[in-house]
Amino acid sequence: MYGFEALTFNIHGGFLEAIVRGFRSGMLTTADYNNLSQCETLDDIKMHLSATDYGPYLQNEPSPLHTTNIVERCTQKLVDDYNSLLVQATEPLSKFLEYITYGYIIDNVVLIVTGALHERDVQELLEKCHPLGMFDGIATVAAAHNMAELYRLVLVDTPLAPYFSGCITSEDLDDMNIEIMRNTLYKAYLEDFYTFCKKLGGATGELMCDLLAFEADRRAVNITINSIGTELTRDDRRKLYSSFGLLYPYGHEELALCDDPDQVRAAVEKYPPYQPIFAKIEYGESQMLDKAFYEEEVKRLILTFEQQFHYAVFFAYVRLREQEIRNLMWISECVAQNQKNRIHDGIVMIF
Amino acid sequence: MRAADSSSWRHALLYISPYTFAAIGIAISIGVSVLGASWGIYVTGSSLIGAAIKAPRITSKNLISVIFCEAVAIYGVIVAIILQTKLESVTRDYQHTAESMRAGYSIFASGIIVGFANLVCGICVGVIGSSCALSDAQNSTLFVKILVIEIFGSALGLFGVIVGIIMSAQATWPKAT
Repeated sequence: MYGFEALTFNIHGGFLEAIVRGFRSGMLTTADYNNLSQCETLDDIKMHLSATDYGPYLQNEPSPLHTTNIVERCTQKLVDDYNSLLVQATEPLSKFLEYITYGYIIDNVVLIVTGALHERDVQELLEKCHPLGMFDGIATVAAAHNMAELYRLVLVDTPLAPYFSGCITSEDLDDMNIEIMRNTLYKAYLEDFYTFCKKLGGATGELMCDLLAFEADRRAVNITINSIGTELTRDDRRKLYSSFGLLYPYGHEELALCDDPDQVRAAVEKYPPYQPIFAKIEYGESQMLDKAFYEEEVKRLILTFEQQFHYAVFFAYVRLREQEIRNLMWISECVAQNQKNRIHDGIVMIF
Repeated sequence: MRAADSSSWRHALLYISPYTFAAIGIAISIGVSVLGASWGIYVTGSSLIGAAIKAPRITSKNLISVIFCEAVAIYGVIVAIILQTKLESVTRDYQHTAESMRAGYSIFASGIIVGFANLVCGICVGVIGSSCALSDAQNSTLFVKILVIEIFGSALGLFGVIVGIIMSAQATWPKAT
């Protein structure tokens, strides 16, 4: 019932919503980023972070620090927050929280399959996986040689199983069709998540559908840009676009025909919400596009905190932490490699 | 009192004792008020507890929101007590006179007014109280501002109480001569 969530939302969601807002208030602010960008060594970074929510996690890290240590510990903080929310959540919030991790599961599966294809050590690959996307039996993914096998051996027991129906072929895995598999899975996942949020309705439905539509459009643009100059046909490309979002369906038709980044720009710029994103970057400069999209996403995610009695804050929190960890990784890398003047190119200020 | 047809609804309603109406009115006045108050308290309370985990300083300040909700239940109790003092016994002969019926209906109406005014007032205060707790946890300067909104919200219940008390003044029972 739209507009009346306030009456009943707090029965199951009020406590956790308040907690996630508490977590949000512990995120790094612009002042923190300014301090961090003054750091000379990774130990300085650790010292600055010790006053934030990351403090307890970095406390016992022995010197010398590495960027990977910092990122790993910070990710651990996100994972712990997420798990503490998940164990207290009831339906449908727990389902909602689980949906958030499916994206990470897809990434992990693809990571391992690609790694196995290039004959990398499975243990090494497992360490690189995002901890939110772990599931039992993830290591056996490496044993699969084609998609039917992958599905039958491993993924039939994971939540991804229903998404696989679109991409089961008995072809051998190679770089190209792994990428196609990733995008097909992601498309199915986004569509499923979208229907789920729509079914929840109310403010959750409204906000989440907007956020997911943005995500879907961003993926559509990225798929187009990445597939320019590859052997992916236009029809195949069209199949990878999710069937919702602002660009659906006419924008997708245009995107499917694009041959260079400037055409993509022309196609997407027709949609007013995306105009400011492209206004920030020069023609022919598609590397900056990622950052521009991240900035827009962060802006949208922060806005969800302006409304109460909905689940989108949980999604926003996980995504914002993710962005924060990306920022920390960039800062640490810059500090570690003595590229301090480039720090401000890569971070997206959150608060 | 005459009713056209002894098996009609009108007949049935007219022959319900005015004491029944009065008693139901009193029950609604307190019962529904308490429902509103408890609704408000759980909406506020669940957010308050969650928000207090990261910002423990808000707990004692935000008890005010809970007290505002509680006040709504107290209005209900007060009105219920006022209403029950209006009950007087009349002899069986006078029980269905126009004056007795009026007394019964006015206590009934007064109870409904107070009960439902307090129900929505409790929900209103509760929802604002929940937002108050969450925003106070983020930025303590917002507390006073939201408190003002909350006070206006809790005034709504008072309107119901005032009208209810005036209404119950209509309840006079026929004096046995």
